[in-house]
Amino acid sequence: MVIDDLNAIAEKERAARKKIVIRCCMAAGCMSSNSEGVKKNLEQAVKDAGLSDEVEVRGVGCMKLCCEGPLVGVDPEGALYEKITPEDVVDLVNTIKGGKTKLKRGDLNHPFFKKQLSIVLANSGQIDPERIEAYIAADGYQALHHVLREMTPKEVVETMVKSGLRGRGGAGFPTGIKWGTVAKTQSQQKYVICNADEGDPGAFMDRSVLESDPHSVLEGMAIAAYAVGANQGFIYCRAEYPLAIKRLQNAIKQAKSLGLLGSGIFESPFNFNIDIRIGAGAFVCGEETALMASVEGKRGTPRPRPPFPAESGLWDSPTLINNVETFANVPPIYRNGAEWFAGIGTEKSKGTKVFALAGKINNTGLIEVPMGTPLRQIVEEMGGGAPDGRQIKAVQTGGPSGGCIPAQHLDTPVDYESLGKLGSIMGSGGMIVMDDSTKMVDVARFFMEFCMDESCGKCIPCRTGTVQMLHMLEKILDRKATARDLAKLEELCEMVKSTSLCGLGQTAPNPTLSTLRFFRNEYEELLQPDQHGPHNNGPAKK
Amino acid sequence: MEHASGDKRFKILEAHMKKHQYRHDALIEILHKAQELFGYLEDDLLLFVAYRLKLPASRVYGVATFYHFFTLKPQGKHTCVVCLGTACYVKGADKVLAAVEEKAKVKAGETTPDNQISLLTARCIGACGIAPAVVYDGVVTPRQTPETAVEHMKGWISNGH
Repeated sequence: MVIDDLNAIAEKERAARKKIVIRCCMAAGCMSSNSEGVKKNLEQAVKDAGLSDEVEVRGVGCMKLCCEGPLVGVDPEGALYEKITPEDVVDLVNTIKGGKTKLKRGDLNHPFFKKQLSIVLANSGQIDPERIEAYIAADGYQALHHVLREMTPKEVVETMVKSGLRGRGGAGFPTGIKWGTVAKTQSQQKYVICNADEGDPGAFMDRSVLESDPHSVLEGMAIAAYAVGANQGFIYCRAEYPLAIKRLQNAIKQAKSLGLLGSGIFESPFNFNIDIRIGAGAFVCGEETALMASVEGKRGTPRPRPPFPAESGLWDSPTLINNVETFANVPPIYRNGAEWFAGIGTEKSKGTKVFALAGKINNTGLIEVPMGTPLRQIVEEMGGGAPDGRQIKAVQTGGPSGGCIPAQHLDTPVDYESLGKLGSIMGSGGMIVMDDSTKMVDVARFFMEFCMDESCGKCIPCRTGTVQMLHMLEKILDRKATARDLAKLEELCEMVKSTSLCGLGQTAPNPTLSTLRFFRNEYEELLQPDQHGPHNNGPAKK
Repeated sequence: MEHASGDKRFKILEAHMKKHQYRHDALIEILHKAQELFGYLEDDLLLFVAYRLKLPASRVYGVATFYHFFTLKPQGKHTCVVCLGTACYVKGADKVLAAVEEKAKVKAGETTPDNQISLLTARCIGACGIAPAVVYDGVVTPRQTPETAVEHMKGWISNGH
């Protein structure tokens, strides 16, 4: 494979395009509402209408507005039809011939679509994720060629530093610095791992990226591997995402057969292979050291850092771990340049972020917005506010490691620092909206139960601390707790936070602490008067 | 190697282990395959895997019990997995779960005595756009209510009797 071969594939694919394209969402959300049946009937209806020569029916990835699925788009008209059933398709195909229809048409001028800026999701909902030719026709693997043939690994790392990309897995560590550390570490063997163990409940961005545009992740990993000097990659994907795994396997097979993975890629001395490792349902495996233990076939328990994976990771070799969305950002950065990327977002948080909008909100689905977009714009304008005329009470970000941002702080710009100041985190991108019927103490209990279940049991603060904190929260909810119990709970939260071994324990108290910070009255309303009188309300005497 | 029982599924599992060159780091992949073939991981099966991979039984048992995905008990004919992810939870998945628990007369994580229905919960299946979601026999079903969930299970119960 040389660049001419790549361009020839792209040219052939573009030339074969038909005048009209009907795009049918084939991501997991719409497929659960029978979009497969819709696609099958669409193909038949196009044939029956004698339109096979001008109309292509294309299965595509996520079209973002998941709550209105199954979604079907028609190009170049630009129509988006919502909640399409297999019975609707004859009507839909008739519109191509100028027929009228009563099918529900989505408003693409709605802020939900208009305010989005697609970098990671640029191909999502546009190209067929099961065909590498479609990705190549969308300038796919051009960045890999550019990097392999025209840049040194050092320049690749420098470009990444300049772009200002920060890890999209949650903590926001600068990606360029991470790459640089792995690149500098001397070793015969290095690894690149893609963390696709999207365990945060309420987050489905990575699933959508893998289902909608798997090749962008593979290309990003290959560029990273060249930069750090690795020749083997692993994608650790959770078992709950069977479709994502299937599409990844297919994508790897296709890339290998075209020589875009394997030995001597683009006739350079660079070799790179990717294997998939399937998780088995352990939230803690999203933590990088636990993930590596799991890739090695062991129990997924974390270990203390340092040494960091960049120095000693998988099988004690230097290992680069980035998340799915981080890797998906890589090819566009090398296609368009670091300056382009650094021009988007805020001073310290560059680029865009994909969020999974869910919960008590009218428009649920995926959105990609520039960093620094105010939360209010996301939930009120794009999300359309809470349903049934209710009021938004809080927005939960960062899953069990994050916190609840109350309505009075909705004008906060969404970037790493601003969310951190409010006691929450950017997290991987789950954004759950809660309305005024949601009880915040119950939300805290929900997350604490989650963390207790998922604690791996290796370190004591997390193993027993989460159990105790859950008991205390239940005691409060049962209206059996006093102010003393609440004080004890807060004390324990701080202790678990500062003494746990890994991120799971260190962040497990966050939902409780953040609801205590902003909704303390809801806790206090449940408290019982202290039988020992007001003088004993403070912490127990030592 | 043949398993003493002569069960053909062991042969398939053996081929799978061979494909992975009996590598220790493939243990989780092999357990996935074993569960796919046998439905659950009984002690005899775990010992077989340990023996063939030349791993201590404790290591295999430790891994099998660590991950939620693996089950050491037989599952019912039908499975009902209620997603309890945050988005499903705030949209009433707890009420859906309570309704199916009452209908099946077992708690989450249990199987009915007649082995018809296994009731399970998931931490998030990533179907938050269509919450609350329930997975009936592997099929993700959107926007469930206590009523629709109970209705779905009725078919299973009457079919079984």
